[in-house]
Amino acid sequence: MDLLTEYGGGLRNDGRRGHELRKIRCRLGVFSQSDGSAYIEQGNTKVLAAVYGPRPVRNKSIKVHGSVLINFQYSMAVFSTGERKTRPRGDRKTSEISLQLRQAVSAAIMSEVHPRSQIDIFVEVLQADGGNFCACVNAATLALIDAGIPMREYVVACSASLAGDTPLVDISHLEETLGGPNLTVAALPLSGKVAVMELSQKLHLDHLPRVLDCALKGCADIHAILDTAIKQHLIKVAGARGLGRKFQLGQLTGKKKEEESKDVEMITL
Amino acid sequence: MSEEKDKPVIEIMLASDRIDPLIEIHEFTDPILTPGETVEYLEGYMTGHGTFPDDEEIKASVGGVVEKVNQLVSVRAMNSRYIGEIGEVVVGRVTGLQSQKWVVDTNSILESALHLTSVNLPGGEQRRRSVQDEEMMREFLKEGDLISAEIHQISTEGSLTLHTRSLKYGKLGQGILLTVPPSLIRRSKSHFCNLACGAQVILGCNGYVWVSAIDENKSGGFIQNMEVVKLSDRETITRLNNVIKALAESKVMLFDTSIQYAYEESLKYSTYDLLKPESKLDLVLCTAQKLQTLGLAD
Repeated sequence: MDLLTEYGGGLRNDGRRGHELRKIRCRLGVFSQSDGSAYIEQGNTKVLAAVYGPRPVRNKSIKVHGSVLINFQYSMAVFSTGERKTRPRGDRKTSEISLQLRQAVSAAIMSEVHPRSQIDIFVEVLQADGGNFCACVNAATLALIDAGIPMREYVVACSASLAGDTPLVDISHLEETLGGPNLTVAALPLSGKVAVMELSQKLHLDHLPRVLDCALKGCADIHAILDTAIKQHLIKVAGARGLGRKFQLGQLTGKKKEEESKDVEMITL
Repeated sequence: MSEEKDKPVIEIMLASDRIDPLIEIHEFTDPILTPGETVEYLEGYMTGHGTFPDDEEIKASVGGVVEKVNQLVSVRAMNSRYIGEIGEVVVGRVTGLQSQKWVVDTNSILESALHLTSVNLPGGEQRRRSVQDEEMMREFLKEGDLISAEIHQISTEGSLTLHTRSLKYGKLGQGILLTVPPSLIRRSKSHFCNLACGAQVILGCNGYVWVSAIDENKSGGFIQNMEVVKLSDRETITRLNNVIKALAESKVMLFDTSIQYAYEESLKYSTYDLLKPESKLDLVLCTAQKLQTLGLAD
């Protein structure tokens, strides 16, 4: 099986073109117990995230001076993969992903705002269909914003691959296993910074900029989708409470608006 | 009838039929900001909560609505942990004892402290705190006890210091503790609401809500009334519990009037029926409408 079909100008196995993302659906506030929670579907990859905190540090022996302690636990439901998993968490692979996820969200969380406290983030993959890391980062971002934790900006992750000359964005499980490089990037899409970047399998250095650009473009696209979802959710909550009607936001000038759109353009180049 | 009581009807609902509890009271048209978005130019403004300066702009760090007070720009998050203000009434749970102070959980970012010097000890206010008092601390309050208190001080890091130097504050006796998002509690003159139905609701600003029967001879301090609560009172308390939960689920602001109205509206349902999604939604809609017609909705 090939990554791209020859007919129809190169379609992927699930009918997407190279630059197209899988369908993203998300919900915020799925749990009532946690401070913030979210659920995201990227194609068939489904992830639940719950955020607790900032709350007092439980384990007093771990001391982080002047900043917040971030705990990130990644786990996969035993039924999430084709073959039933024996250990949902705690093995080497999931521990490594947990660390990388922590690194990704630490880049965005303003850790100096709430010193001496801790934030616990739990993500669980309910169905794994490629891009688990990406879906987890995106779910964690949604849950963190739902919890009202101060962040510099969104942290969004997206994967990319290369089939012949065509870069592929947001690769599925099938495309992951078919071979070919797998570049996973967690980025801060507004400033264009990269928080975590990982490449599995070999990729010629000449191709890297194109695949990276493809992944960053994917991040920017996902950012736009998540932003819309969060705004819809917040508007709904605000509407239920009858909030904010007394305040009028000072209109941003036209010049400012242009600049903003330019910023986005720069990242997506 | 008695048979029915013995075997309550079990009702099953498909997940796909689930009703969204959020109702729209107002059409919300104000701009919503999300982390990383520009709020204003930095020039001429100060950055408040939920914002940070970046280059020459003020950017939002949380998702919410903008608030401007003169030069101060802040973004209020729709939902967050409790960030206290001096003088606010809170309900908390004692989690530990240290020398001269109790450690209290108030749903805030850091642990709160209740100092031995900021409580009314039995036997008069102007009494000196002796070593004996320190040894007796666990007699007054021990781990797991619930208290109502007022915020006395806030440290620079944000940890709260409480005091119970008033007869209305102190240890809580028999009742139900409810946890709701702190942003749902509306700040009002009185957070101790004695409702007409014969129950008392303490709306802790930290999102802890205490529902109990009105205790006529409450003396404050550390005496718990362990008399058996009347069945009628217990029914009222559970009904209030369900009502407040329904309101919180739909993100309706909680204050004395909204609870009072919701309680009145709830009387057409049995306490058990109040757990059903459709009756909860109906209750919330009726309450919201009543509040809106009286102009109390915001």
